Amino acid sequence: MRQKKPRNATQAFEAALERTQTTTYVLRLYVAGTTPQSVQAIATVKQICEDHLHGRYELEVIDLYQKPQLAAGEQIIAAPTLIRKLPLPLRRIIGNMSDTERLLVGLDLHVKS
Amino acid sequence: MTSARAQLPKSPTGILGIDEITGGGLPKGRPTLICGSAGCGKTLLAMEFLVRGATQFDEPGVFMAFEETAEELTQNVASLGFDLNDLVQHKRVVLDFVYIERNEVEETGAYDLEGLFIRLGHAIDSIHAKRVVLDTIESLFVGLPNPLILRAELRRLFRWLKTKGVTAIITGERGDETLTRQGLEEYVSDCVIVLDHRITEQTSTRRLRVVKYRGSIHGTNEYPFLIDESGISLLPITSLGLQHTITNERISSGIPRLDAMLGGMGFYRGSSVLISGTAGTGKTSFAAHVVDAACRRGERVLYFAFEESANQITRNMRSIGIDLHKWMQHDLLHFAATRPSFTGLEMHLTLMHKAINHFKPQVVVVDPLNSFVVVDNVPEVKAMLMRLVDFLKLQQITGLFTSLTAGGDTIEQTDVAISSLIDTWLLLRSIELGGERNRGLYILKSRGMAHSNQIREFLLTDHGVELRDVYVGPSGVLTGSARLAQEAQEQAAQVLRQQEADRKRLELQRKRTQLEAQINAMRTAFAEQEADLLQSIEQEQMRETLLLREREDMAQSRKADAPANPHTGDPA
Repeated sequence: MRQKKPRNATQAFEAALERTQTTTYVLRLYVAGTTPQSVQAIATVKQICEDHLHGRYELEVIDLYQKPQLAAGEQIIAAPTLIRKLPLPLRRIIGNMSDTERLLVGLDLHVKS
Repeated sequence: MTSARAQLPKSPTGILGIDEITGGGLPKGRPTLICGSAGCGKTLLAMEFLVRGATQFDEPGVFMAFEETAEELTQNVASLGFDLNDLVQHKRVVLDFVYIERNEVEETGAYDLEGLFIRLGHAIDSIHAKRVVLDTIESLFVGLPNPLILRAELRRLFRWLKTKGVTAIITGERGDETLTRQGLEEYVSDCVIVLDHRITEQTSTRRLRVVKYRGSIHGTNEYPFLIDESGISLLPITSLGLQHTITNERISSGIPRLDAMLGGMGFYRGSSVLISGTAGTGKTSFAAHVVDAACRRGERVLYFAFEESANQITRNMRSIGIDLHKWMQHDLLHFAATRPSFTGLEMHLTLMHKAINHFKPQVVVVDPLNSFVVVDNVPEVKAMLMRLVDFLKLQQITGLFTSLTAGGDTIEQTDVAISSLIDTWLLLRSIELGGERNRGLYILKSRGMAHSNQIREFLLTDHGVELRDVYVGPSGVLTGSARLAQEAQEQAAQVLRQQEADRKRLELQRKRTQLEAQINAMRTAFAEQEADLLQSIEQEQMRETLLLREREDMAQSRKADAPANPHTGDPA
């Protein structure tokens, strides 16, 4: 999961900044049925994506009850779980996403603000 | 453990011993907690439960691992002969590795473990699993934030497992004050098994204890268990009673004269025989005779040697004309040679049980017993030997034990004080006399037979042990050359006595002759005196007659008309 090592810290920072501003985000949100938590999580994630990643994100919402076999493959234990597949490194954000600040931290989006 | 009454339905583990102490297995359809410190075999026990369920009891299982990957698990248990890959391919087992990396996870509010539920549920449904292992679910507390949510979710998980009807094993690391670090025993309370790994005298023993088992009786003791190439085996060795059947069959000791001493027929089959003695008295040689005799009868013998290797024993016994190697080749004799310090006492016992169950011998030799005794573990050794003796008797196996008596001790005292467990006790001692040591044999006791109470001397010859009568005389028991010398002395004394008697007889003869001579002489003297006396008596009578005639003549000449006064002789 480790990236190619940048030459120094400044370059690394700039590269990261570059990535977050330009790269496409691939997100998967796994929920377990239509519980209030699932509904809240879906709404929050969609809102955040629209606000911060407009036009450069792919969000897929998956109901684990529909595709239980994915739970093992994606190493899901908690629900809801949001997985940031891209950009790397892989991130998992669990919970109902009510703490948007931490959600943004988890998505590396807070640097912009 | 044999209850005909309705009991909880149980899910057999198939693991030797565990089903016995739990009365049939783990509670079916309920979660069981297995806890213990690191390295005491939790994962292995859980895995064996699962694999045996899948292979022996047609109960497929799901193994959810939180610490090891599926590959690692497969490799780890392959050494025990479990082919997990095969079981996975045939849909008998599902391995699911749950990977949680704390720094990859960001918590953004309330969550639940529904993901885990779905995952587990899917795995269970995909192979219709009846058994589930969660190893070690406490890892969740490390990987996920918010312990409060986790606790609530775990409680829900265990309830959910019950509704699913699966028999589950949850493993947990031992905590400081509690059985598990996170107090899982609060949630899983149907059956709790604690594993332990203790080290005493530098040897380690794994032990298992059923702390609780709701709705079922169970063995409460700590049972040592063993992990070897065939998995876990545990022996409920203290659950035995004194109900072994016995036989009247007698078996030869291999030494005809010893058999003669033992009521003429040897030992009872299934009895326990102790041969004790000081160093170098021939205990092993006696044991070799018994082994040889048993093998000749076609019986199987298992020889536990704790001080000599198999090769050393066979070589040494060849010097007294017993070829044990031959029996080893015929697979009638098997040596199990280990150092006493190899494992703990309990483990030795477990290993011995295992070996006996495997080899199925009719005679078992333990040579020597007291090598187990180290410093102050005599009570433990005694307890262990009692269980061994019990076990052997239960199986009708003749047990032959040797015991080394320390030189200074009372000869009738065995180090391990097991004499009360022994049926026949042969005591070998060296008798020191006249500057040499000789070997003597006693039968201290032999239950249920009229045995000889006499000491025998025995020799180790190149054709085995040979018993001799000892010399028992007024100056005590003599053996060896002292016996020979004494016998010579005896003979000399006898000759002397013979000569003395002859001499006396002659003297008597002489005295008689002397006496007879005296009698003859006296008789001769008496005859002479008699003759003299008779002669003088005759003379007196003649003189009297003469005197009378003279007086008549005188009276005639005086012409006295009156007869002479007869009183005075004078005429009136």
